[in-house]
Amino acid sequence: MITIIDYDLGNIGSIVNAFKKLGLITVVSKDSKTIVNSTAIILPGVGAAGEGMKNLNELGLINVIKDQITKGKPFLGICLGMQLLFEKSEEGRVECLGILKGKVIKFKKEKKIPQIGWNGIKLQNPKMKRSKEKEELLNQIEEDSYFYFVNSYYCEPEDKSIIAGNTIYGEEFASIILKNNIVATQFHPEKSGEVGYKLLKNIFRYFNDLQSLELYIC
Amino acid sequence: MLTKRIIPCLDMTEGKVVKGIQFESFHDVGDPVILAKKYDEEGADELVFLDITATVENRNILLDVVEKTAEEVTIPFSVGGGIRTVEDMKLILRSGADKVSVNTGAFKNPELISVCANAFGNQCVVLSLDAKCVGEDWNVFINGGRTDTGKTALEWAKEAVNLGAGEILLTSIDMDGTKRGFNVELTKLISQGVSVPVIASGGAGKLEDFKKIFREGLADAALAASLFHFGELTMKEVKEYLKKENIPIRDIC
Repeated sequence: MITIIDYDLGNIGSIVNAFKKLGLITVVSKDSKTIVNSTAIILPGVGAAGEGMKNLNELGLINVIKDQITKGKPFLGICLGMQLLFEKSEEGRVECLGILKGKVIKFKKEKKIPQIGWNGIKLQNPKMKRSKEKEELLNQIEEDSYFYFVNSYYCEPEDKSIIAGNTIYGEEFASIILKNNIVATQFHPEKSGEVGYKLLKNIFRYFNDLQSLELYIC
Repeated sequence: MLTKRIIPCLDMTEGKVVKGIQFESFHDVGDPVILAKKYDEEGADELVFLDITATVENRNILLDVVEKTAEEVTIPFSVGGGIRTVEDMKLILRSGADKVSVNTGAFKNPELISVCANAFGNQCVVLSLDAKCVGEDWNVFINGGRTDTGKTALEWAKEAVNLGAGEILLTSIDMDGTKRGFNVELTKLISQGVSVPVIASGGAGKLEDFKKIFREGLADAALAASLFHFGELTMKEVKEYLKKENIPIRDIC
């Protein structure tokens, strides 16, 4: 069972719909027991980092999430759910989950903020280290595929080797990261048409191989 | 590179898509869910639903359409029309919309923008601004384009962005339904005046209009309704043309 964490932020409906189309059963929950018992967890979220951390704290979910990720449970973070993985965010100067080293900073070069719309992802950057895992995750995803973004802030991981894809909006930033059981995207795969669904399938196939989740992905 | 968005607009009443000319005389053009799915498959970058009558009875029909659309489409869509409270907005988002646009309700009660932006994030709140030329300037019109507020479009756009609007859907009442092209001057003025993306709406009639509104009007997205509904232009034609003109556009395979 895949749990989508409901912390009163964001477009949970569209994520549930996307997984339904993929034939994967999800539950939406804010209950720590459900999260502990699930085979994989998704942290979605649109909105402000401060609000997100405040809600997670009030729901008593911070330690559960940290603990589950550290124990190796497959985890997908989307948009704010990616940003909260890092140590701190410039947005409201908040401490985040600190599971990954690095920070979340605001776009500085482009005048229009938030970035809203479809932007390409760069996968072939020579600086970006390739790995078997990244190949699996990005199987059949072409260079410069377009995904739907809505963000004013972006993640700056300390360990660049976890970056699986970059995107440019004024500055270049990490738009997909992969570290063992953690996958996160700054864009919304559930809102990115066909290619977004393809990536979601890849992500859960990867989780499957990692943990033998016995998910049936159609 | 961030691409320019092409957005079909579905004006609805009682769960059916209609399209008016200069905000009047509506013609029935079809089932919103089927149309939405078709545009998604054809490569639309986003969809906009506007409930143009927005009565209490219509609200449940609208929520039903939103829910069905969310199950069918794979791209983002916004819903607007008659939004007065944060509760209205919550219901629409919970039904599966990604954004909500506010118009008259926000003008009469600007706090609605900040309350909604705080609750759901700026990116969820689209200011729908209907502007009409009055003398030397453009004024904001509310109540479906019937009431002149006396406030200039630029002033209200800036105020709404300060309150937390994450995007502006700018409709030129003068051009709406005329097919004489988007209002380039108005769009440029607003786009340069605010720090959020601007969606130009009203007047699309031919391919060149799209190029012009991106190049000269500095729009971030362009919206059209009847043009697409009646098949005068297809999404594919618009996108292929813009690509040829070197305007960044999302490829459709």
